[in-house]
Amino acid sequence: MLTLKNQLPASVITTKVDDLLNWGRASSLWYMLFGLACCGIEMMQTGGPRADLDRFGSVPRASPRQSDLMIVAGTLTYKMALRTKVLYDQMPEPKYVLSMGSCANCGGLFQPAYSVVKGVDKIIPVDVYVPGCPPRPEALTEGLLKIQEKMRREKFLVRKDSLVA
Amino acid sequence: MTSEQIQKKLAEFYKGVAIEFVAGAKNPVTQAQTGDSCLIVPADKIKDICKTLKTIDQFAFDCLSSLTAVDRPKENRFEVVYHLFSYKHKHTVVLKVFLPRDETAHVETLESLWSCANWLEREVYDLFGIKFDNHSDLRRIMLPDDWVGHPLRKDYKEQEDYHGISTTRPSLLS
Repeated sequence: MLTLKNQLPASVITTKVDDLLNWGRASSLWYMLFGLACCGIEMMQTGGPRADLDRFGSVPRASPRQSDLMIVAGTLTYKMALRTKVLYDQMPEPKYVLSMGSCANCGGLFQPAYSVVKGVDKIIPVDVYVPGCPPRPEALTEGLLKIQEKMRREKFLVRKDSLVA
Repeated sequence: MTSEQIQKKLAEFYKGVAIEFVAGAKNPVTQAQTGDSCLIVPADKIKDICKTLKTIDQFAFDCLSSLTAVDRPKENRFEVVYHLFSYKHKHTVVLKVFLPRDETAHVETLESLWSCANWLEREVYDLFGIKFDNHSDLRRIMLPDDWVGHPLRKDYKEQEDYHGISTTRPSLLS
């Protein structure tokens, strides 16, 4: 590899296919608009010009069918939980979930309430939990970078179901 | 008009009907009245009394600003609370109705007087299970239709799960 590298002109780079694919995936992490409560406002701030998630290639999408990441931002009620499951199922693989704020993590302040789900991980698998009530845009950005780290470690071409079998 | 004056006027219209005046709570230190005074009216007369309060010009209560309920397990009753306001005279009155604290609790709807009562009564039905007679559309307004129980009742027990979603989360500390 090294000997080959030295023979190539400077305009050519060598890399692994996995790294190239993961670089592409992690750099275009489109998230679904899913603001449920006050965390949704903080998520909008993160997408806005000051925190600017766009510089990591992350842009909001209004449809689950075009999204890679679901940021569950806010208090999840049982009534919404069923819809959340449907939206998650509509997202194409590979998909990721970021649980934003105390309410989405465990029910938070409203955990004793009759109508609030005690954590979004009761319904869908969660990749990254961001603590805070609500988390600052910096915290959400950190959460997104953690998801990108996770993506870069994955072997994208190895299908998940072939691993199971 | 103050609540007390309204109670006196109403008593003239409704002879033989018990309309009780209850003064609002006082601050124990300053003795200033902080709570709203209220009139307690019989459940079967609430619609007639409200119609009087709305239509007669010296009352002119054209706005139902709030309709809610309270569960009182010790007194073994539900209280349905009506807050009325008059834009014409800028005065307000609180009416209360006592109902038995069980599944049969019901009271006449005020939908025909103030149409906003439709949703407010649905909310009370949703959270307390108090039924409103002759309501045009009495179903849950906020909770899902398949919800079990009425959560603002003091003896409400949360279900083990909702559509397979467990309603408990073990503490990480224990």
